[in-house]
Amino acid sequence: MSQLEIKNLHVSIEDKEILKGLSLTINQGEIHAIMGPNGTGKSTLAYTLMGHPNYTVTSGEIIFKGQNVLDLEPDERSRAGIFLAFQYPVAIPGVTVANFLRSAINARLRAINPDDKGMPIPEFRKMLKEKMTTLKMDHAFAGRYLNDGFSGGEKKRAEILQMAALKPEIAILDETDSGLDIDALRIVSEGVNALSGPDLGVLVITHYQRLLNYIKPNFVHIMLDGRIVESGGPDLALHLEEHGYDWVREKYDGVPEG
Amino acid sequence: MQEKPKVSVTRTRRDSAANEFSFTAESIPNGGLKDVRAKAWNLFTKFSMPITNDEAWRRTDLRLLPASDFRIPKEGAFEDLPVVPELLLQPLTGEQHGGQITLLPGGSRVELDPDLVSKGVIFTDILTAEREHPELLNRLIGTVVKPEDGKFAALASALAQNGVLLYVPKNVKVETPLHSVLWGPGVDLAHFSHLIVYVEDGASVTYVHEAASPNETGHAMHAGIVEIYVGKDANLRFVELQSWGRHVWNFSHERARVERGGNLDWIFGAVGSRLTKNFSDLDLAGEGAQGRMSGFYFTDGTQHLDHDTQQNHLAPHTTSDLLFKGALKGKSRSVWQGMIYVAPGAQKTDGYQANRNLVLDDQARADSIPGLEILADDVRCTHGATVGKLEKEPLFYLKSRGIPQADAEQLVVEGFFDPIMQRIPFEGVRERFQQAIKDKLSR
Repeated sequence: MSQLEIKNLHVSIEDKEILKGLSLTINQGEIHAIMGPNGTGKSTLAYTLMGHPNYTVTSGEIIFKGQNVLDLEPDERSRAGIFLAFQYPVAIPGVTVANFLRSAINARLRAINPDDKGMPIPEFRKMLKEKMTTLKMDHAFAGRYLNDGFSGGEKKRAEILQMAALKPEIAILDETDSGLDIDALRIVSEGVNALSGPDLGVLVITHYQRLLNYIKPNFVHIMLDGRIVESGGPDLALHLEEHGYDWVREKYDGVPEG
Repeated sequence: MQEKPKVSVTRTRRDSAANEFSFTAESIPNGGLKDVRAKAWNLFTKFSMPITNDEAWRRTDLRLLPASDFRIPKEGAFEDLPVVPELLLQPLTGEQHGGQITLLPGGSRVELDPDLVSKGVIFTDILTAEREHPELLNRLIGTVVKPEDGKFAALASALAQNGVLLYVPKNVKVETPLHSVLWGPGVDLAHFSHLIVYVEDGASVTYVHEAASPNETGHAMHAGIVEIYVGKDANLRFVELQSWGRHVWNFSHERARVERGGNLDWIFGAVGSRLTKNFSDLDLAGEGAQGRMSGFYFTDGTQHLDHDTQQNHLAPHTTSDLLFKGALKGKSRSVWQGMIYVAPGAQKTDGYQANRNLVLDDQARADSIPGLEILADDVRCTHGATVGKLEKEPLFYLKSRGIPQADAEQLVVEGFFDPIMQRIPFEGVRERFQQAIKDKLSR
């Protein structure tokens, strides 16, 4: 069973400490949600897990399938089975969705066997069409430049399409609900739910409870000032929805750091 | 006013005593263009070597050009030189070419579909044209690019032993593409070429010209002329690609004249040469004429590529659209200097120019100089120029999907060029240039 273990993680960006001792374990088959007010370091956690060069891990560990993730480049992390659905996916003009995804899949095959010829084009096309159908995407999407001129909903759907094609073992969804109307939210959530199962661990990062109406977490964590301060079941999210974050702040503000 | 030339003379003497060509009038080919060539030669002898005080040459320095070393290849010289790679001669489409010309140092090979011959299409090398079509050739040559345009234009005009005459008669539509390859191997050799593309009223054709040579140690040079005429309501798609060896000094003067309702789709690709100075002018001479100029260049090492473009709107309701994209590596340098000129009375014209550069290494440098000169009052002209670097976020995004750094960079660079590549009408040519991009990135 693949397991993502985050142990006492401290992360800085330009010498400012953002994560201050965060610990969390996610097993395959589990869905975890991290909630918290803006500016508590939720996205920092997502980027750090994926290895963004702007974030410096000053102490702590990230272990995935027994391997120290911090030693790995972002592409190696991806090929090991970690996936990040970005809050703000970047446009890559001139590179089509299909060309990009085929490169990503072939990079996986070549990491195993450098002489691999890559996935045959007919097989790739068939796979891509199936996944797009599941996500209710127009097949013409495959020929568009990646995220270039995509609407908010299209970007998020494209993220889930990538997740479906790359079959990760741990998926981190960073504010996937932001900027989505209710229909897009439903489609994206259905996409995630279709992929979840015993082989996939999911970490949903969100500000609002509304996404959790569609993607049901097994565990909910509240993050505040760079740490997880409360953990519980789905009811914790509902409690937050009703009472907001003020009670959390009152409970934990003023507690000495460390 | 008096001091300037004086200073120039001093510079020329001090920096490069040997910086003059050693060709003589004896090198002028003795054929049907004898008079034209003699006149051009006469002009050539009057031009001094361009220096960086000349506005057009401000960013391109010829002081290291070993001009006096160059000689003209003798007849049959190609027999002792590296042969033209088969890849360059492969058909452009699944089927055959409509015609293909291979221009070699001291020789040439010509093939043309007999069906096109029967329609009156002429597609042949310039020395053959001098023998077989002297009257037509004399009528067409020098009407668009003149030896007066500059030293290298005069030189090529006088001495071109390689060249192409493409003549498409009125209303003839050539369906299959025509292809020519100028193969210029050898060291200390000067290759001169003169292309004349004349598409009569209502005719249409697609023509691809490639100039190439292997990388060799030493120096070589090419000076070329491209003259294009697109008649009334005629259509020309012209693709020119250069992958000269890294030892080649490459100069060209090119101009297209487009008549009323004519349409030109002009595509440039440049990955080779040590130094290139290219003048390309689009003259929209007749009402409603249209021209699109699309260019890509990719330099690395110490390459220096300088493209000087002019979009001249000389008549009302004319449209021009220029997009040049370049990537640079190593200590290489590119210059793009573009001008949109709208003549008095050329109302309702629409001119566009954009130059985008991707600088991949800190020591590479791209100069991008757009310009507008508008003498009519009811026009729309826009331009844009950018010089940027490879951004971190797109690379991180691609890597986060498992794509290694080098492949991610390649994808971004290919993506940058893709809009231009899509304008190249042949997959074979496109693939070859995509391969060149790949090779440069991994170098």
